[in-house]
Amino acid sequence: MNKITTRVSVLLALAGVLACQPKGPASVTTGDAASKVYVAPGQYDEFYNIVSGGFNGQIGVYGIPSGRLFRILPVFSVSPENGYGYSEETKPMLNTSHGFVPWDDLHHIALSTTKGEHDGRWAFANGNNTPRVARVSFESFRTEEILEIPNSGGNHSSPFITENTEYLVAGTRFSIPMANKDVAIDSYKENFKGSISFIKVDQTNGRMNIAFQLRTPGFNYDLSRAGKGVSHGWFFFSCYNTEQAHTLLEVNASQRDKDFIMAINWKKAEEYIAQGKGRVEKAKYAHNVYDEKTHMATTTMKDEVVVLDIKEFPDIAYFIPCPKSPHGCDVDPSGEYIVGSGKLAAMMPVFSFSKLQNAIANKEYDGDFDGIPVIKYEAALHGEVKKPGLGPLHTEFDANGNAYTSFFVSSEIVKWNVKTLEVLDRVPTYYSIGHLSVPGGPTSKPHGKYVIAYNKITKDRYLPTGPELTQSAQLYDISGDKMQLLLDFPTVGEPHYAESIPASLIRDKSRKIYPIEENANPYAAKGEGQARVERKGNEVHVYMTAIRSHLTPDNIEGVNVGDDVYFHVTNLEQDWDVPHGFAIKGALNAEILIMPGETQTLKWKPLQPGVVPFYCTDFCSALHQEMSGYIRVSAAGVKTPLKFSTGTPE
Amino acid sequence: MKKLQGISRVFIVIAASLMILAFFVPLWRILMWAPQYPEGLEMKIWIDTLTGDVRTISALNHYIGMKHIEVEMFPEFLYMKYILMFIMAVGFIAAAIGRRWSVYFFAGLLVLAGIGALVDFYIWGYDYGHNLDPTAPIVIPGMSYQPPLIGTKILLNFTAFSGPDIGGWLFVASALLTFGVIFYEFYLQRKKV
Repeated sequence: MNKITTRVSVLLALAGVLACQPKGPASVTTGDAASKVYVAPGQYDEFYNIVSGGFNGQIGVYGIPSGRLFRILPVFSVSPENGYGYSEETKPMLNTSHGFVPWDDLHHIALSTTKGEHDGRWAFANGNNTPRVARVSFESFRTEEILEIPNSGGNHSSPFITENTEYLVAGTRFSIPMANKDVAIDSYKENFKGSISFIKVDQTNGRMNIAFQLRTPGFNYDLSRAGKGVSHGWFFFSCYNTEQAHTLLEVNASQRDKDFIMAINWKKAEEYIAQGKGRVEKAKYAHNVYDEKTHMATTTMKDEVVVLDIKEFPDIAYFIPCPKSPHGCDVDPSGEYIVGSGKLAAMMPVFSFSKLQNAIANKEYDGDFDGIPVIKYEAALHGEVKKPGLGPLHTEFDANGNAYTSFFVSSEIVKWNVKTLEVLDRVPTYYSIGHLSVPGGPTSKPHGKYVIAYNKITKDRYLPTGPELTQSAQLYDISGDKMQLLLDFPTVGEPHYAESIPASLIRDKSRKIYPIEENANPYAAKGEGQARVERKGNEVHVYMTAIRSHLTPDNIEGVNVGDDVYFHVTNLEQDWDVPHGFAIKGALNAEILIMPGETQTLKWKPLQPGVVPFYCTDFCSALHQEMSGYIRVSAAGVKTPLKFSTGTPE
Repeated sequence: MKKLQGISRVFIVIAASLMILAFFVPLWRILMWAPQYPEGLEMKIWIDTLTGDVRTISALNHYIGMKHIEVEMFPEFLYMKYILMFIMAVGFIAAAIGRRWSVYFFAGLLVLAGIGALVDFYIWGYDYGHNLDPTAPIVIPGMSYQPPLIGTKILLNFTAFSGPDIGGWLFVASALLTFGVIFYEFYLQRKKV
């Protein structure tokens, strides 16, 4: 009897243990998720989702709610697929003071705004590695401008913008000695400085120009947001490593209980600059602009910046203590609340802009750091979100006073009320969310409806593809009280920040063709009558036209091994969606795609004699396979006469 | 011959005046759809020019060896406006004369002009559709590509529609008004007999 009881209780205990074993994550959506993301064939998505590509240096354009990928726009990385960075016209886009840099790490997107609302003019993006900012046109979906940022050690807190796109900022993630000074690394505290560039945007054409740089204490500037509404005129930057460590930051930059959010009164800085109080410093940096009329990029090397040291102008900058290495530093739609996300903190402070103003007026300081006043924590604090989750990173907002914060460590999105600081809902993400995006989330007037999670870990969410897996985003419906998972969709590169904009703001102004009569490329052949081949020393210029379904000229002779042959190909089509491509055997660069009415140039250096075919790479028409030609290459020194033709002369 | 009623003369003036608008609006339109052109291609014929996707249509037509369409190829664009001015002048003179025979003359002229325009259009269409380059990439024995005179026709992957545009309809309205006047005068005369 006793034995049996023992056995039974052992079995029961075992069953109990097994029953307590936690289950894997519940990953199934509920309700009518499928119908909410289904966009029928031929129908359009409601939003464009402009997604940073991270280490692919590009921008992905997706549709929301379907999650379908439309295009990958090359920005900081060469794209052999369409010749960006390979064609003679686009090569200058990637010039820097270091030379041609064909890759970068694109982290953040900022869509232009007017009065704090999306206006659908431009998208801006940062290059994190070799510090740069880029501007993409929403008419052509092309990178039109890239500006290098001098005195920066990594352009991470960028390109956040002011409410009327007056400025975008570029704050250095890593402090460095200014002006490329050669110093001992352990002289960090003495020699290393931070640098925040304010880039003025020309409202007529979007052209960017570094208006001034703020010289700031040497630590790490992570993320940023401009004030808006009541706080327009201010900028907020999260700072970590206020310990000023230069090695093993993992430990050494995590010692202080509080780091800072740096509040910058940029209107004041603007005044000082207008009064001529800025100091001109030498700095070498490249400014690359793509011209829509000549279809060519040009590089201008600049050699100075105007600098304001915030130590010397005490009413420009203030430090607000913020717990434990803050990452996100996000401003709510009204501009009154600033959310600090301490990566290692167990709560999230929300600061009040009006309290900050009072604290400054009443000098409620807790001493200073490197000459900059440190505001008393409680004096600027609206309140703390208690036990929100682990590892808060970023916060976006809806139009109803709610905030959505991503938590990397606890892998979830938490919805909370900005005023009451009460946690309202939480949903898991799969897995370890980084950035998140609510359509219009960073603007004064969020469009709401969805929140999209951009995850850092994908693991078992898709069919495995070896050790290197796809990256992943997840779409949640936020129209109700509870967030609802609707869709997983894979992304290219590693998405960091993204914005979504209503399709109606962009769709109708999307360019279809380049009018041939406006083509101002000096190498254009605006008709088959202008097609020709010219030799200048060892340079051979082929002025070629492409129209369905032939290239003119398509028979070329008189080229020698070692010549530099430039194929200037003009697409004579004036019809929507009829690009032509051009590729030639043995080219050491890439192909080019030429849009209707456009001229692009591929350089080719023949290294062997023979007859070499070239052809159109974009399946343009029923006779695309016929769209080809030959170029004859003679050995160096052989005097084959220069000849070119298409078709048999009658 | 009998004099016209006052109201009839007014309507003849209106009928002639309507045609002034034909100088400022397209007379005829040709629409084309294909699987690759769900948005459609359009060509509009004006009194002195062609507009719309003429370049695109020409580019597509080269596959089957049709001629490139250029405004300069059509002498009609040089003299059509004078014909129209003449017709309008006849209308106004007919109203001024105010006799039945003058209206019959105007109506006859309108009918003749209409038939003439359609015949001319047919001849051009026939020429375009049949007079093909024998070295064209696509040659289908026995196939011709004459566009429809009026109505819809399927030509390979294209569905083509041809019909009056605003100017054409104005011309039709002028003719209807003129014949209305004739009918009205006829009806009145009978009642009096």
